[in-house]
Parts: sequence; structure tokens; C-alpha cells
Amino acid sequence: MLTALSLVIGALLLLGLAAVPLAPRAAGARLVHGGCVAACVLLVVLAIWALLAGGGAVLALPFGPPWGRALLALDGLSAWFLLVLGVTGAIASLYAMARPPARPGAVPPYPLFLAGMVLTVAAADAFTLMFGFEVMSLASWALVAADHAQAENRRAARLYLMMAALSAACLVPAFGLLAGHAGGFSFAALRAAPPTGWLAGGVLLLGLLGAGSKAGLAPLHSWQPMVYPAAPSHVTALMSGAMAKVALYVLARLLLDLCGPAQPLWWGVPLLVVGAVSAVLGALRATLEDDTKVLLACSSIENIGLITIGLGLALAFRGADLGPLAALAAGAALLHILNHGVFKTLLFLVAGSVLASAGSRRLDRLGGLIHAMPVTAGCALVGIAAAAALPPLSGFASEWLLLQALLAGWRTGDIGFQVLAAAGTALAAMATALAAAAMVRLFGLVFLGRPRTPRGAGAHEVGRLERWALLIPAGLTLLLGLLPGPMLALAQPALMALLGPAAMAPAQGFALLGGTGEAAAWYLPLALLAALAVAGLLVLLAVRARSPLETRRGPVWNGGFINAPDYLPFGDPLSQPSAGGFAQPLRSMLGTSLLAARQRVDMPRPGETRAAGYTASFADPAFGWLVVPAARLRDAVAKRCETLRDFSVRRCLSLGFGTLLALLALLAWLEAH
Amino acid sequence: MGKLPYDIAHLLGGAMLLLSFVLLYQRRVQAVINAFAVQGGVLALAAAWQANMQGVPELYLTALIAFVAKAVLIPLALRAMLRRLDLHRAVETALGIGTSMMAGVAVVALAILVVLPITAGARAIAREDLALALSVVLLGMLMMITRRNAISQVVGLMSLENGLVLAAVGAAGMPLVVELSTAALVLVVFVVAGFFVFQIRERFDSVDTAALESHRGEGAGDGWRGEGAGDGWRGDAGQDGQRGGAGQA
Repeated sequence: MLTALSLVIGALLLLGLAAVPLAPRAAGARLVHGGCVAACVLLVVLAIWALLAGGGAVLALPFGPPWGRALLALDGLSAWFLLVLGVTGAIASLYAMARPPARPGAVPPYPLFLAGMVLTVAAADAFTLMFGFEVMSLASWALVAADHAQAENRRAARLYLMMAALSAACLVPAFGLLAGHAGGFSFAALRAAPPTGWLAGGVLLLGLLGAGSKAGLAPLHSWQPMVYPAAPSHVTALMSGAMAKVALYVLARLLLDLCGPAQPLWWGVPLLVVGAVSAVLGALRATLEDDTKVLLACSSIENIGLITIGLGLALAFRGADLGPLAALAAGAALLHILNHGVFKTLLFLVAGSVLASAGSRRLDRLGGLIHAMPVTAGCALVGIAAAAALPPLSGFASEWLLLQALLAGWRTGDIGFQVLAAAGTALAAMATALAAAAMVRLFGLVFLGRPRTPRGAGAHEVGRLERWALLIPAGLTLLLGLLPGPMLALAQPALMALLGPAAMAPAQGFALLGGTGEAAAWYLPLALLAALAVAGLLVLLAVRARSPLETRRGPVWNGGFINAPDYLPFGDPLSQPSAGGFAQPLRSMLGTSLLAARQRVDMPRPGETRAAGYTASFADPAFGWLVVPAARLRDAVAKRCETLRDFSVRRCLSLGFGTLLALLALLAWLEAH
Repeated sequence: MGKLPYDIAHLLGGAMLLLSFVLLYQRRVQAVINAFAVQGGVLALAAAWQANMQGVPELYLTALIAFVAKAVLIPLALRAMLRRLDLHRAVETALGIGTSMMAGVAVVALAILVVLPITAGARAIAREDLALALSVVLLGMLMMITRRNAISQVVGLMSLENGLVLAAVGAAGMPLVVELSTAALVLVVFVVAGFFVFQIRERFDSVDTAALESHRGEGAGDGWRGEGAGDGWRGDAGQDGQRGGAGQA
């Protein structure tokens, strides 16, 4: 099994190499992405095999870092994330096969990106994990920077590289602290010596910063809304669907597994707080953004936040010795990782299809696409309903479990944590509701109503292969929504890897089980589906019975305005609500305090002939408080370093000499003590 | 083995260190080259003595290479270059002679402080040889940074390499390959350095490296700076990323 896995990694690397000559031709690019589809399907098979058969074995590769050999292993946790990676990777690669990226430069890094993620997930020592993580970061940077002709893409790629450097600068010392304490890099050695005291605190802080910045947790999330639109659509789908999950894998592996089971209750608090803030901030921004990909990126931040809440709760419950509840929270997180991976991949691919077909990402230039692209619209509806957490789709099942876990927060017995859990419940519920509003707005503006531009009116349905790349994840979203119980049973080894051998998945048969004992709540998706079907049938029959006339199609309601003149064939654009208009209530309710939203009405005085104006804007606080000062600091440092460039040869040499002397002096001093 | 062989090995190592100091205070290029030639000869002697002492005949070859290259060929070449450049003037020092001597003494003290405790478990001869070799290396570096003259900088580099070879021959069991490659490396370095000296001579009519400094980064440097100002993530360009374009329009 592990040999097959290492062969897949090797094949992906070779594919990346072969892609260099193949990429300029469309057929070659198709071939490369087809190879990625095959590799990802193989990964799914391997992951399911490992989850069912259980794989504790460690494979030592015949090469590795200077002090040893690289180790690979597929325990439950790795296998679960490998499953997510394989599913999303296969879908995204299939889409790329149907619609190869416009730039040949975006083809070769793609297999490397996949290989880096597989290596990260399958690593069994800290060095291999960090190596895979960095390969993933660099390859995805190359993908983001592939279309570097546009200044905004260059800027996004630069910010992304900075963030990748930051996450490496935090994760390497985090693993270093653990390894220095344990005296070895393999996971077995790290597990055997769990950190305590300030060491554990340092690992928690660095791990949260490093993995959180990669996953897009507040306040280090501001790169996502810039980077996701810059990358090709299938890459964006993979970044949100798989890469953010790989970052969460590192977080879970580091904090829940490698730091040992004996960590105290408060360990969950930072994760809970950061997750809740990300969820609300992401969801609120998603209701305000007017670019499909940016909106989806913000929704990703929200979902990553929810997953982090789940991981934090699992840590806290484990610290409070509440095993079943920890399993409930961790199960919610794991299930949401899979569900979000699938439906967010679907939604990003839909955004890509809409961009290619209707020519824009901006909500104000789309509209009415349900007529031109019915299959895409149907798939989008499935994904959007899942993202809005509507039953019986997949998003509902995992978010329901998460809310059940949050509602059980009072059972920890610590008053501070009880209050926090209550606040977390409120915030998570608010985030879910805001996400639903954002998704309704997305679907309404893109697919319903009238086209807003002539280009949008000329949209057409996507090709056959591309249609499959949308239909498969839509089908999976439905299926995962109906079968959360079996999926959690499949995730049982992952739960055991996180919480110890006693953990039991919160599921029985096809049903999900929230809570324990008498307070347990049940979620039966199949029964719910049957009830919904019966209700729908009844409504249909009732409507049929009440109105025997045939259905007729009338003109689109124009919002109460008078009919547009003939020279406006798509209707008066002003009589259709805009993205800003939809966002208005939430912007003035929540945006002013959380996102510094501002609006200005420029009303001409009576008698003036100029047009009235209205401008509204908002800014993410993390941007102004973190990114801008960081950029300023970087500029100052760069200016300082400029003087180094003007040094003479002699002064450069003296710099090296001085450093050498200082190191020697340090050595002498260390020996003396 | 008696005590005498150790003493002779130390004597030769100490002589090399002494010659490093000699190199450091010479004011004339001619004298610098002479001192360097003597140092190369002493290095050859030290290597030959080690070959005798350790009973490793390969080290005789090292000694021969050191003698031919460092005591004869390179000094001759340097002298020829000096004649071609018609340079018989004094070395311009960046640091005063007295100051550089004091710095040299401090550096040697540091080297001994570092090496002796680290190698507490090793053979006595290796320990002190290592300390001497490290001192020679550091003094070579010091020479490179206290001189402005290109030829003395080249000599400093090669004296540094002498220190490396001294360390290599002092450690028993060092394969010969290393010395051969280092010797070849130094020759290459020497050729490159000589080439540079000629280039400098041709272009600027001087072997003072300071003349290079005013010609660094023309054209390319300006372009780089221009790009940085053009589309950089300037601190204030942030709000919604449209400022860069707006500034042009």
C-alpha cells in the first residue's frame, strides 16, 4: 500500500517533469491532467483501503535528509485527508482536462502541487512533512503567478509567497521545538515525548500561526480573497478544497496527535476563538463581496473557521476527559473537511465555468444564466444549498454535528469555557446564517433574473467533459449528505488517531448521533429525505388540484418598474437589484462595526444638473492592521538592506569575517560555560 | 616516538603562523610575495615532516605540490605580473599596521580558545596543529580585508588556503584527493584573480579595487529600483488594490 503510494508520488513528480515539453499543446496539457485524474483516483482507492484495512506500517524510503531516511505512513488521519485530497484532486483535474489553463506555465506545477500535498499528508516524520508542505507552497505559488501579466496577479502572488514564508517560519520552529525535546524527527519519537509547560505553549502558538496562515484563519486570512481569483479555476478549487485542508491536517496532527493526549482544557480555547472569528468574518465578507471567486474565498474562510472550532472543541473536551463529546466534535470537523472539500471544489469550478462562458466574475455583470446554462445552474444549486447548510445536503450534516458539539460545551464544568462555548455557539450559528444569505445572493445574482450585460446574455452551456466535472461533485454532495453515518464510520480510524483507541464515531448506521446518553439528538438524513419527498409530492398534488390550467411562462418580473424601452433588449439595468443593493442591509447592520463599511450619498442640490452618486466601501480590518504595517516594515527593511548592496568588496568580506569571528567567540563562550 | 617529532611539527606550524604575521605587516608588494613564497616552502616542509612522522608516503606528494605551486610557481607568476604591471609601489593598507597586528593577535587567541577545548579528546599534535591552522586561516582572511591592493588580497586568499592544507596534513587519515583538489582549486582561483587584475589594469589603469566600486550596478541597478517603486506593495497601496492603476490614469 505504502509502496503504491510512494509510486504515485513519484509518478506525479515525473508527470510534472513531462509536462514541461507537453504543456504548450492543448492535447499535451490534457494528457498531463488526465494523468493527474488517474493518480487521484488511485489515491482515493488507497485511502479507502487504508481506512478499511488499517495501516500502521511505516515505510522508510531509501533516501531522505542527511541524518536519516524519509518515512511514509498511512494511519487513519492521513488516510482520511488523503481521501479528501484524492476526491477534490480528481474532480479539479477532470475539469482541467476539459478546460486546460490558458497559460502553458500553469501546467507543470500542477502535478507537483498534488505530489507535495500527498507527501505532506503521508509523511511520518517532521522533515518529510515540512518538505512536502514547502513543495506544495512553492508549486501553488507558481500556479498563482502563472498569469503574471496582470499587476494584480503579481501582487497576489507576492503576498502569497510572503504568507507561505511566514507559515514555514512558524511551522519549522514548532516542529523543531518538538523534535529538540524528543530527540528525533519521526512521529513515533515525537509522540513518545509530549511537550509540557512553556514548550507546549510555544508549539501551540507557532503551530496555530503557521498552519492557520496557510489554511486562512483570521487574522492571517487576507491573502485568500486576493490569491484565489488570481489562480486558474481548477487550481483555486484545489487550493480551497485540498490545500487548506492539508494545512488543517498539519494543525490536527501537530496539536491533537503529536503533542499527546494529556494537554489541558485551555488548549482548545485559542482554536475555538480563532475559528469563531474567522467564521463570522468570512461569512460577513461573503455577503458583501461582488466577485464570485472572492465571495467563495470568503466562504472558505468561514468553513475553515467552523472546522477549526470543531478541532478546538475536540481538544477541550479531551482535556476535560469527555471522550464521547471529543469524538463528536472531531467527527464534525472531519466530516466537514470532506463535505466542504467537495462542495467548495464544485462551486469554484462553477465559478470558472461561468467566467469562461459568461465572461465575468463580477456579480454585476452576470445574471439569468439558468436559461443559458441549465446543467451548470443545477450543479451550482446543489453546491450552494450545501454551502448554505440546507438539509438533506452534506453541509447540513456536518454543521449540525458541530452545533451539537458546541451546545454540549457546558458539560466541561469550567465556567470560563462554558461562557466561551456559548459565545462560540452564537457566532457559529450566525456565521452559518450569514453564509446562507451569501449563497442565496450568489445564486440569485448569477443565475436568476435577467442578464446584466450583452456578454452575459451570450453565455452557453459548457462542454460534455466539463459538465461531468460539475455533475460528479454535485452527485457526491448529494450522496455525502445522505450518507453521513457511513462516512463517519469510515472516518473511525482517523478519530482513533486523533483521540486515542477508545474514540467512537458519533454515528449509528445511517444516522448521526449528537450528544451522549439521554440528551442525544438524532439526525436521520434518509428519513428527512423521505419526509421532504412526501411533503414535496403533497404540495405538487395540491397545486395541481388547485390550478388545473397548464403552466405558462411569463416575462421576468421587473421589480415593479415600468417596462424598458425597445433599445434596452435586456431590460433596464437599473431596474434589477445589484450586488451592492443585495448587500446593503447586512452592510449597514453588521458591516459598519466589523468591516468599517462606509457609504456616501452625493445628492445634487435642487437645480443642479449633475447626476447623484452613491458610493459604498468596506475594508477588512486584518488588511489595515496587519498586511499594510507588515508591508511598510518590509519596505523599511529593504531600504536598509539597499545600503548593503553598495558595500565595497572589502566591507563585504569584513562582514563575513566578522560573522565568523562572532560565531567562534560564541563557541568559545559556550565551551567556557 | 620521542618528543622531538612533535616539537618539529609544532615548530613548522608556528613558523607558518609567524609568516602569516609577517604577511600582515609588509608594506611592499615585493616583500609580501617573498613572505608568501617562504610560507609555501614551510608548508611543504610541514607536509613532508608529517609524511615522515605518520609514515604516509602520499603526503610527500602533497609536500611536493605545495612546494612547486606555492613556493615557486605562484610567487614567480605574481612577480612576473608585478613586472608587467610595472608596480613597485607600497601596499595601501585599509587598517593601520599596528592595528592589524593587534587584531591578528586577538584572532589567534580566539582560535586557540575555540580549538583547544573542542578537541580535548584528540591527539595532542592534532589539537595544536588545528589551532595553528585555524589561526593561519583567520589571519589570511584578516589580510584580505585590511589590504586595498588586489595582489595582496590574492595573496591573503592563498595564505588562507595554506592554513587549510596545514590542517589537512595534520589530521591523520586524510585522503590525498582533498589536497589535490584544493591545490587545483587554488590554481583556478589564482588564474581568475590574475585575469581580474589584468582587467582592472586595462580598464582603470590601477590595481586598486576601490576603482571598481564606482562602477557597480550601473543600468541594471537603476532598472531594479524603478520596478520596485512601480508596482511594489507599497505600505499605503492597500485599500482595495486599485490604486496602482489609478495613479497612472
